Amino acid sequence: MYSSASRLDSERDDVYVDSAVRTLAKVLVVGHFGVGKTTCIGSISEIEPLRTEELITEASTGLDDLSGTPHKKTTTVAMDFGRLTLSDELVLYMFGTPGQERFKELWEDLSRGALGALVLVDPQRLSESFPVLDLVERFDLPYAIGVNYFDGTRSYPLDEIREALNLKEETPIVPCDVRDQISSARALITLVTYLLSRLD
Amino acid sequence: MTDEPELDLDLTGELVRPYVITNGRDLPSDNSFSVITLVTATEGARDTRVLGPEARHVLELCSGGFLSVVEVAGHTKLPLGVVRILLADLAESGLLTTRAPISHSQRTDEKLLNNVLIGLKARFGA
Repeated sequence: MYSSASRLDSERDDVYVDSAVRTLAKVLVVGHFGVGKTTCIGSISEIEPLRTEELITEASTGLDDLSGTPHKKTTTVAMDFGRLTLSDELVLYMFGTPGQERFKELWEDLSRGALGALVLVDPQRLSESFPVLDLVERFDLPYAIGVNYFDGTRSYPLDEIREALNLKEETPIVPCDVRDQISSARALITLVTYLLSRLD
Repeated sequence: MTDEPELDLDLTGELVRPYVITNGRDLPSDNSFSVITLVTATEGARDTRVLGPEARHVLELCSGGFLSVVEVAGHTKLPLGVVRILLADLAESGLLTTRAPISHSQRTDEKLLNNVLIGLKARFGA
């Protein structure tokens, strides 16, 4: 039994945040459904990415309510997140946030205090990224674009993608393969470098 | 010890209404429990018999060390809003302590951003 107890202890070491940690920061990894948010977080997180659900209310378009009050229904939205310990006292959380307009309640919560957002885009489905770009801009989140090149995707010139997405000149755009740890980390580093440069 | 087939029942999921789990309490209105606030059980948190099963589960999880609010939700598979209420309740009863994120204006905190950048580069050698 001792061996299983010590195994539990060593697993726990990975689960919990070091007690010396004093500073907690977060970034959002956003994008449309299937763009690779969870894969990106999973490739760099030190913990197995976790999923949590939040209950949100949304206005229903149904006309079955005779009282005349707006009919609301509760749905759940799932988000995945990961964690990175960056020093003895600093931990960074990464939140995969779905990019639909109807999740803006969740965005309000998650964007509060966030350093910025890494917006993942699929070069073959660029127009699907419009709603998420609207959201990051509405919530005033500074962001960088990660162009996720899936296996077999031909490469697109980055300046064409910049133009198609109507990006500002200062917005960084970086190609990445979110399945690759170093590639995902580079995209995140591009974002943080940009966030620092904005302070000058 | 028999090998029982695992039942595909998630009793903390859709079969129990959130309102029941939280004893009818509403969501805390303040932001004392942001998603990245760290929580841990206090030393004296032993007598948990009066707690509901979900609150006890949360407290047991928190007795092993520090976890963020959102990690508690992830591990317990309870909705984030429900976890916030349970944590607020436990903290109010003195069974739990919290460590809030330092500031809400982190975005313009040059030292923090620098430390994040240094940490990322050191970790990934990129």
